[in-house]
Amino acid sequence: MPELKSRLLQALIAIFGVLTIVFFIMRLSGDPTLLLVPDGATAEQIAALRHVLGFDRPLLVQYGAYLLDLARLDLGQSLVQHAPVAGIVAERIPYTMALAGGALLVALGVGLPAGLAMAVWRGTWLERALAGFVLAGQSLPTFWSGLLMILFFGVYLGWLPTSGSDDLASLVMPSVALGAITMSSFARMTRIAVLDELSRDYVAAGRARGLSYGAVILRHVLRNAAIPVVTIAALEVGNLLAGAVIVETVFAWPGIGQLAIQSIASRDFLVVQTIVLFVSMVYISMNLLADLAYGVIDPRIRRDR
Amino acid sequence: MIALSVRDLSLAIGRTNIVDAISFDVAPGEVLALVGESGCGKSVTAQAIMRLLPAAIRQTGGEITLGATSLSNLPARAMRDLRGRQIAMIFQEPQSALDPLATVGNQIAEALRQPLAKVRAEVRQMLVEVGISDPDRRIDQHPFELSGGMCQRVMIAIALIARPAVLIADEPTTALDVTIQAQILALLRRLAAERQTAVVLITHDMGVVADIADRVAVMYAGRVAETGPTAAVFATPAHPYTALLLASIPRLSDVPKSALAVIDGQVPQPADYGAGCRFAGRCPRADRRCVAETPALRPVADGRLVACFHPVGG
Repeated sequence: MPELKSRLLQALIAIFGVLTIVFFIMRLSGDPTLLLVPDGATAEQIAALRHVLGFDRPLLVQYGAYLLDLARLDLGQSLVQHAPVAGIVAERIPYTMALAGGALLVALGVGLPAGLAMAVWRGTWLERALAGFVLAGQSLPTFWSGLLMILFFGVYLGWLPTSGSDDLASLVMPSVALGAITMSSFARMTRIAVLDELSRDYVAAGRARGLSYGAVILRHVLRNAAIPVVTIAALEVGNLLAGAVIVETVFAWPGIGQLAIQSIASRDFLVVQTIVLFVSMVYISMNLLADLAYGVIDPRIRRDR
Repeated sequence: MIALSVRDLSLAIGRTNIVDAISFDVAPGEVLALVGESGCGKSVTAQAIMRLLPAAIRQTGGEITLGATSLSNLPARAMRDLRGRQIAMIFQEPQSALDPLATVGNQIAEALRQPLAKVRAEVRQMLVEVGISDPDRRIDQHPFELSGGMCQRVMIAIALIARPAVLIADEPTTALDVTIQAQILALLRRLAAERQTAVVLITHDMGVVADIADRVAVMYAGRVAETGPTAAVFATPAHPYTALLLASIPRLSDVPKSALAVIDGQVPQPADYGAGCRFAGRCPRADRRCVAETPALRPVADGRLVACFHPVGG
């Protein structure tokens, strides 16, 4: 498939671009030497440590060295934790994956039916009620709705743990908090896509040959409406990972979002760069996956390939 | 024997009447053309017969009877059972009337309410009957792989596979090339005769009417102006509107580049319909009575009905 080959090449270029931008932006904040030395260290001691860590070299030389290491699949050592970066990030990834998975489940499980119902029962009280619900999900800031949930379900009712990562119960609130905005995107997108399809001639034609309205929706409308929704779904997974940074901080969830915040604060460059590398790879593979999904859904695209 | 009977059908959007007490009958194997300009109410009449009117349009009166079954008060569930089996419809844009993501065979099988695997032989046979070559390949293809003419043949296959008594064809050839038009009309004509299907053909094209229709009902502004056997209506139109409509068809014998014959004025909007004949404002024969009173359909020569106080030649 020449198509896939060129897509993979594009993906590599995109990842390289992201790495480069993050590398230089991180260095704009200064180097971590000052944060590593004990209080009262002399200027000579600081300069010596800076030399050992290599931060006295020109930026371009540091950049070249980083790329060389990366080419050898060496992600480097954490300056703060004195351990391989790969291991530090890898042990956090399952937590973020569980959180993103839970959020996606919430978003799909609520967003798709809500969007479908808003389209099918257009102009009724049900649509208005759902529209309010969707608007709330979209406009409440995660850090605030997260805190509210902790107060209500965790502290007041005592149903769910307020933080931590001990069991499935502790995953519920973070998933809802993280999935809310994505749920709203899915609901709005599904509503528009289904409305668009409902106005098409094949809906009337399906009814004219004896299908019920529900059967036309199940057999014909949903699949047609899925095409634009799949695109959004792929992009939203990227947004979920970005949102995880806030949610993991609010709920003390030990994923890569929390690690990213800690590492930015301590200028642990290599950890931050590795997290960004990981997130951009997920983002790009989701897009690739969406492209492949089109082919499965839409025979017109299948043939073009 | 009557396959479909429409009696005094009236339709309205809000309080505005858009179709006013129209009546017609179609016999098995007969093709009735419902002809008129855009907006005269012919397409909503089709939707009303299928009981698939848009939410904004209401049936305010009249009775539609399919065989011995009155459709007007039929429960929705029973009406759904009739669609596709007793009464079917084909559409103006065949390509958009087919689901782009479903195969031809699957969509035809839906009219039989069976999975394709179960009725594959029957579906294949139907494709042959509507003149699709290579049916074994076409049956698993998608609409985008077919031409417009082939898509309309597929629509006809969907409509006729369950052997309905009545077929409504809403401008079935308007979106097609002229050569394809003739083929599709011939196909409809042949299948209707073979299967004794009653066809209501909705069109604005007098050429199509002349080609295929046994009888014609000329509609103007939501009413039937004139109805009768096609040959008689074309030979000696009785309603002034029909006469002017036929006179406005350009002919090969016309002097080249001479002005096209037109009917002066415009079709009135439903909100402006007055008490009298709706064609009165544009009619050269109209007098004060035409503006004040609505002419009822009454018989003239050759088994025709005309709604006019001063019919042509009468």
